[in-house]
Amino acid sequence: MGRKRSAGDAPELAAGNGLLDRRALLAAGACLAGAGTIPARPAFSAAELSVEPWMTEPGAPFVGYGQPSKFEAKVVRTFASAPGTTGTGASRTPLQRLNGTITPNGLHFERHHSGIPDIDPDLHRLLIHGLVKRPLVFTLEALARYPMETRVSFIECGGNTGALYQKEPAQLDLQASHGLLSCAEWTGVRLALLLEEAGVEPQAQWLLAEGADAAGMSRSVPMKAVDEALVALYQNGERVRPSNGYPLRLLLPGYEGNMNVKWLRRIKVTAGPTMTKDETSKYTILLPSGKSLQFVFPIETKSVITHPSPGLNMKGAGLYEISGLAWSGYGKITRVDVSADGGKSWAPTALQEPVLPKALTRFRMPWRWDGGSAVLQSRATDSSGYVQPTRAALIAERGTKTFYHFNGITSWAIGERGEVRHVYA
Amino acid sequence: MSTPRHLSAALALLFLSTAALAETPDLGRPAEPEEIAVWDISIGPDGAGLPPGNGTPQQGETVYTAKCLPCHGEKGSGKPNDQLVGGLGTLTGDQTAVKTVGSFWPYATTLFDYVRRAMPFNAPRSLSNDEVYAVCAYILQLNGIIAESTVMNAQTLAKVQMPNRDGFVPFSRQK
Repeated sequence: MGRKRSAGDAPELAAGNGLLDRRALLAAGACLAGAGTIPARPAFSAAELSVEPWMTEPGAPFVGYGQPSKFEAKVVRTFASAPGTTGTGASRTPLQRLNGTITPNGLHFERHHSGIPDIDPDLHRLLIHGLVKRPLVFTLEALARYPMETRVSFIECGGNTGALYQKEPAQLDLQASHGLLSCAEWTGVRLALLLEEAGVEPQAQWLLAEGADAAGMSRSVPMKAVDEALVALYQNGERVRPSNGYPLRLLLPGYEGNMNVKWLRRIKVTAGPTMTKDETSKYTILLPSGKSLQFVFPIETKSVITHPSPGLNMKGAGLYEISGLAWSGYGKITRVDVSADGGKSWAPTALQEPVLPKALTRFRMPWRWDGGSAVLQSRATDSSGYVQPTRAALIAERGTKTFYHFNGITSWAIGERGEVRHVYA
Repeated sequence: MSTPRHLSAALALLFLSTAALAETPDLGRPAEPEEIAVWDISIGPDGAGLPPGNGTPQQGETVYTAKCLPCHGEKGSGKPNDQLVGGLGTLTGDQTAVKTVGSFWPYATTLFDYVRRAMPFNAPRSLSNDEVYAVCAYILQLNGIIAESTVMNAQTLAKVQMPNRDGFVPFSRQK
């Protein structure tokens, strides 16, 4: 574990149970080991410094489309399909095996309602109609000639972390509990521009967005979402993957994933919501009163510690970097606090720049783990001033019968052997 | 609230001139009404968009048995996929909420819209409008929402009062 430092520049304690001042990260540099990754310093071994085989012959040839190292074969999505189907269900991003904030395209989470359509872009059309002066049909070739914009945006399924409503803490790894969350750089045409060409009628308040999959997945979108909406053609620089809507998808930064309709083929401008299956029977929050909250659009402010997390156990007392992700569908993350004593004391973390609105934000915090028990928590605040609630406060309001839009504080208990468990604290 | 007439006229002029000044690629092709009619399969909660056709619960049972039962079970009882019938009274209290068409869905129009666009799972868009009306009638009748003799068509389906019609409130953000 990190080199001993002279007494004069020892990092200050920032909160209980070993949390150090976030500025220690900047000053300490190599002194701080990544959480759970650095074993006790091994004895010197001559074999470790030998000339390895890959230095004694030329390496592999070029390939057309690169793949990760074969040693990273565990870094994959996990998925489950509905009974009797393939490709209908969800796949999850391995957040605990990634760092930074951008999700590689092959690891972006997916939610499909009837598999992934195999769309020929030359045959695909986007129709804009309804309450417009000029209904229009666009080809991909036409859309590719429009001015484009790029923005980094997270997408999170409205059902992500639904298990945290359960009465007992589910023992899941981070991928299983939080993996319906990803973040990419999206490039496309502003939807507002296309609507302007079609000429929206004054009574229009909503849109119906529909995909070209076999479920014809459709959602109503309030007109105010158009301000930031993109018809996205590119994802992290390459064309949107089939699993994320090729050849084009709706991107509504900050809005629940289901509304970011993939394989977008039709926008109908309407006066009111269409009340589709997914905005009525799904994606609504059932309250203890029996009433359900409907049209829960932006994702609420939320955060989670990714390192350590269940399955990424601690490897002996010493210095670690606690790291995690924070996000809000309402704007920028302005602050993330971390506690190592179950919420008794908190200290602010360092936010990795650039901090972008409606994008994943990485936070980091140095921690000297004394080898004893601890409960780690993170608490995000966004630019609207909203503070992520405790789980208890969220449950008091919503009960435990619902599934959607959980955004309470998540707690990881560290045991004396370094094992990490999900707990309610 | 009223806006002085001269001010609204000025605003309208400003809007028009801005729109006229903004140059956009304008590469969309005008869509013809006939092609829109083929694409526009969404049904509003007021029934707007419901096509001609009709069906009874009895006719629906035949379609259901042939095409829906393997996934949704005998009489909509569910398993292996979603339960369609029952669950009334489960939205409150400690028991698991059983959210079915009968206990939870606020609009019968949504049932028509969804069945027509997405069901049966292995052959979506294969049912005739009469068959969709009939299957909707059967599921609504199994839930006790309509009588066995009721014919579902564009007029009657739009008027069906679902038990959980008033069960939804718009979300507003707490701080």
